[in-house]
Amino acid sequence: MEKKATRDSYGEALVMLAEKRPDLVVMDADLAAATKTGIFKKAHPDRFIDCGIAEANMMGVAAGIASTGKLVFASSFAMFAAGRAFEVVRNSIGYPHLNVKIGATHAGISVGEDGASHQCNEDIALMRAIPGMTVINPADDVEAKAAVLAMADYVGPTYMRFGRLAAPIFNDPATYKFEVGKGIQLKDGKDITIIATGLMVAEAIEAGKALAEQGIDARIINIHTIKPIDRDIIVKAAKETGKIITVEEHSVIGGLGSAVADVVTEECPVPVIKIGVKDVFGHSGPAVDLLKEFGLCADNIVAVTKAALGK
Amino acid sequence: MDALLKKQLEIAATKVRMGVIEGVHAAKAGHPGGSLSIADTLTYIYMHRMNVNPEQPDMPERDRLVLSKGHTAPALYAVLAERGFFPAEELKTLRKIGSRLQGHPSMGKLPGIDMSTGSLGQGISAACGMALSAKLSDDYYRVYAILGDGEIEEGQVWEAAMFAAHYKLDNLVAVVDNNGLQIDGKISDVMSPYPIDEKFKAFGWNVVCIDGHDFDQIEKAFDEAERTIGKPTVIIQKSVKGKGVSFMENQVGWHGKAPNDEEYAIAMKELGDHLAALEK
Repeated sequence: MEKKATRDSYGEALVMLAEKRPDLVVMDADLAAATKTGIFKKAHPDRFIDCGIAEANMMGVAAGIASTGKLVFASSFAMFAAGRAFEVVRNSIGYPHLNVKIGATHAGISVGEDGASHQCNEDIALMRAIPGMTVINPADDVEAKAAVLAMADYVGPTYMRFGRLAAPIFNDPATYKFEVGKGIQLKDGKDITIIATGLMVAEAIEAGKALAEQGIDARIINIHTIKPIDRDIIVKAAKETGKIITVEEHSVIGGLGSAVADVVTEECPVPVIKIGVKDVFGHSGPAVDLLKEFGLCADNIVAVTKAALGK
Repeated sequence: MDALLKKQLEIAATKVRMGVIEGVHAAKAGHPGGSLSIADTLTYIYMHRMNVNPEQPDMPERDRLVLSKGHTAPALYAVLAERGFFPAEELKTLRKIGSRLQGHPSMGKLPGIDMSTGSLGQGISAACGMALSAKLSDDYYRVYAILGDGEIEEGQVWEAAMFAAHYKLDNLVAVVDNNGLQIDGKISDVMSPYPIDEKFKAFGWNVVCIDGHDFDQIEKAFDEAERTIGKPTVIIQKSVKGKGVSFMENQVGWHGKAPNDEEYAIAMKELGDHLAALEK
């Protein structure tokens, strides 16, 4: 299967967007080569603003630009966009509900060799706690591009999470449709539901196939919008399959698993078992090896699912 | 500045100070000290300098002001009321449930507020964004950012200062209200930001130092800012915290405290007498 990192999709989608949005401004904080806003910078240098290594100021500047009616994407690594700049995002973007799109790349443990200082496993938790903030975590190239284009038309603060590691492109660009706030059922199933987001969706699909070979009929759902979350698809899964596994390249505290559990506990209590980074820091190493080590792979999803079903 | 304009501004500024006391007293909370120290300059900007229209508070070509020292919202509210954005009577709703006059400015709630502020050090960045946006689309509006002298202890202010000079934001004017006091005491004792002028010069700004209670000097400073091409201007104004109310002047205790009924009466009498003398 062809692979591409969603950070590349982000950079390419911004160029696509520039054609139809003359008011588009793209900002970065000295990471354009890594976040791939460099692709946009090359195509439209007059609409690209480098803020230097000053993420807090960048988010404030983005708020000011948005207040004048322009469409602005502010980019950095997830660690700095959601982490360092959190309070600026909260007070200067979230509170006045300004139309700033935050493009955060290098999310999660798959940053790899840079190690724990750069592996942000807390960004979803931070961003979804801000009132009115939409949180998007696309799974592959097709979804990432569609999400960027769709969110450009959506008015309101949005956090978009992209990865450094090349991810399998499993969506078909000819048929894929991105709807903010709508989960996508990738495979029906009656025994259990696996809900995944971002880089973990491809792993969940693989796990679903392996489980099927072993006689387990798992429903697979892709949640690209973590906030506002698709309550209907989750409640339906809880009612029809009775057990839910969540899979995310993020801390088990405050991310997809927590968001799903929030819905399930209120509307249809069933066990929710969270696969994610278990309240620990990461460390340096090749991304693929780290994902295996932290259980963020199809093999572990299969193992956890079987255990949940007592098999 | 001609004498008539000066008198008009002095009258307006005194009404603004009365509005500050009115609001903070009614709220039984708020920040009178820094509101009174910035009252003259805010009055000048809104009553004489800015291209704004209370009938069309969101007009795209308007000048913009970001009260980066957002806790002095009572002054901004009083000036906006004086300029006709909403009835002065509403100042008494400050900080109350359901009021458009939030403890710190909230855009979208109240006409005339260009940016939500309150968390110190952030407003200057937003002002940079507005000024840059004007440059990007060849718009000619100007942007004003009002900072406290304690506020510039925040690192983000200097990120923004670097940014504004780098992008040659000559449509941006920052005012540092140098009243010398912050919550914990004198700024020189708590965490000295001095020399403020040399710091901004080193960051590539045009620097003007004035007395923040002298309308002639205020006008000259803003004229110079408008003539300055290729770099942003900062106006560093020496001011008196609590200016205009005798027992509040230079008293750090009046940073964030409301007058009781007796103090309110004394303050309003002092300001009222001053207003009557000006209007005579």
